[in-house]
Amino acid sequence: MAMHDQHKRPSRTVLGLLLLASFTLITVDARGGDDSPFDPVRSVAGDVFGPVEEGTATVVRPFQAIPEFFETTGSLRDEMQRLEAENASLRGQLATTVVDRNRAAELDGLLISSSSTGYALVPSRVVAFGPAQSFSQTVTIDAGTSSGVRPDMTVLNNDGLVGRVIRADRSTATVLLIVDADSVVGGRLGSNMEVGFLRGRGNVGDDGRLDLDLVDNAVTPGRDDILVTWGSENGAPYVPGIPIGRVTSVFSSPRELSKRAVIDPLVDFSALDLVGVVVDEKTKGDRSLITADDAADMSGDR
Amino acid sequence: MAAVRALVLTVVITLAVVLQVALFPYLAYNGVVPNLALLVVVAAALVRGPEFAAVIGFLSGLAIDLAPPADHIVGRWALALVVVGYLAGRVRHDARTSALAAIVTVAASSFVGTSLFALSGLVLGDPAVPVGTALSVVPAAVIYDVLLTPFVLPLMMRLFRRLEPHQAVAY
Repeated sequence: MAMHDQHKRPSRTVLGLLLLASFTLITVDARGGDDSPFDPVRSVAGDVFGPVEEGTATVVRPFQAIPEFFETTGSLRDEMQRLEAENASLRGQLATTVVDRNRAAELDGLLISSSSTGYALVPSRVVAFGPAQSFSQTVTIDAGTSSGVRPDMTVLNNDGLVGRVIRADRSTATVLLIVDADSVVGGRLGSNMEVGFLRGRGNVGDDGRLDLDLVDNAVTPGRDDILVTWGSENGAPYVPGIPIGRVTSVFSSPRELSKRAVIDPLVDFSALDLVGVVVDEKTKGDRSLITADDAADMSGDR
Repeated sequence: MAAVRALVLTVVITLAVVLQVALFPYLAYNGVVPNLALLVVVAAALVRGPEFAAVIGFLSGLAIDLAPPADHIVGRWALALVVVGYLAGRVRHDARTSALAAIVTVAASSFVGTSLFALSGLVLGDPAVPVGTALSVVPAAVIYDVLLTPFVLPLMMRLFRRLEPHQAVAY
C-alpha cells in the first residue's frame, strides 16, 4: 500500500537530484573548455561503446550492401586494391584539376611537390553517425590509436576532404565533418590561389553546404572554381592540397568587407563509408598503411 | 535478481544508443534518426512511473552524451531525458488508456526532448545550433519517433513489466 501512495504522488526528490546532476555535468564540462575533466570518461566510454558500434556496423553492413556479405580475405584484398586505386585517383585529381586551373604553375608545382612524397593513409570505415538531433556532425571510424590515429589528423576519401580527427580511442576515433557548424577549414581557390576560411552550416543532407569567406575582398571566386585545403603547420589538423568542394554562388554586400561564396562539398556526407586518415609514413600500427608508392605501382600495373 | 535487472537495463540502454548511431543512419532522413533511447524512457515511464523513468532517462542520456561520436557537452541529453521521463510518467494514467494516447505521449516526449536538447545547445553555444536547422530537425525527429513507436514501445513496455511485475501493477 505504501507503494500505492508513492506512485500517486511522485516525489520531487528524485527529479530534483537528477536535474541537479545533469546541470552539474553540463557546468563542469562547459567550464572545462578544451581539457574537460570528462575526457578520461569519454575515452573509457569510447573503448566500451566503440567496439560495440564496430560490431553492430559489421552486422548491419551486409544488409546495406549484400555483395559484401561474406567478407573474406579475398574481398579484403579487393578492398585494399580499391583503396589504392582511390589514392591514385585522388593524386590524379590533385595533379590535374589544380594544375589545369592554376595559372601560377610554379606555385602549384610547389604544392604538388610538397605532397609528392604522398600522404600515407590509414584505411578505415565509418561505423557510426551522430544523429541530426544532436546537432553536431560527427562520425566514428573503426581505426584508433592502435592503428596510429591521433587527434588533429586529416580525414579524406576518394572524393575529397571529409574532416579531422577530434578524439582517438584505442580502436575507434571520432571525426568532426567539415559541414559541422563548429568546423573551420583554411581553403585555397584553385584558379588564383587566394585563401579564405570555410565554415560548415551544420547539416549533412543534400543541402549540406559550406560558406567561404575570402581574405582578400578584391577577389571574386568564379563559379565551379575548385577549392583545396590551404594546409596548417605540420599538417595538423589539415594537410594541404586536398580538394574540398566547388563554388556554387557568390555573395557580396557593402556591409561586409569580404565576399562570401557558397561551396558544395565534393564528399557526399550522408553516404560516408570508406575513408583514409593521413598519417606519418613511418607510423607503426595494427593495419597496413596505403602509401603513394603503392598507388604508383597500382597505376603502373594497369 | 537485482543484478539481473541491472544487467538487462544496461543491455537495453546500450543497444538503443548503439543502434541509434550504427544502424539507423542508413535509414536516416536528412541525418535525423529515431531516438530509440527516448522510446525506452517513455516505455519505462508508462509502466513504472516518473521516478524510475527519470533515472532511466538520466542513464540513457548520459550514454548518448558519452558514446562516440558524440561531441557535445556531457549532460545535455541526460537533462533532456530526465525531464521527458518525469513528464511522461506524470501522464501515464491517461497515456495507457489507448494506443492513440500512447502515440500522442511519444510525440509530445520527442518534441520536448529534442527541443530541450536544442535549447540547451542554443544557451551554451555548443555547437552553434542554427535556429533554422533546429526548426527542421525537431518535426522530423517527432515523426520518426512516432513511426517507430508501434514496433518499439509495446516490446519495451512488456520488458519493463516482466522485470518488475509487482511494481508495474501496483497502482
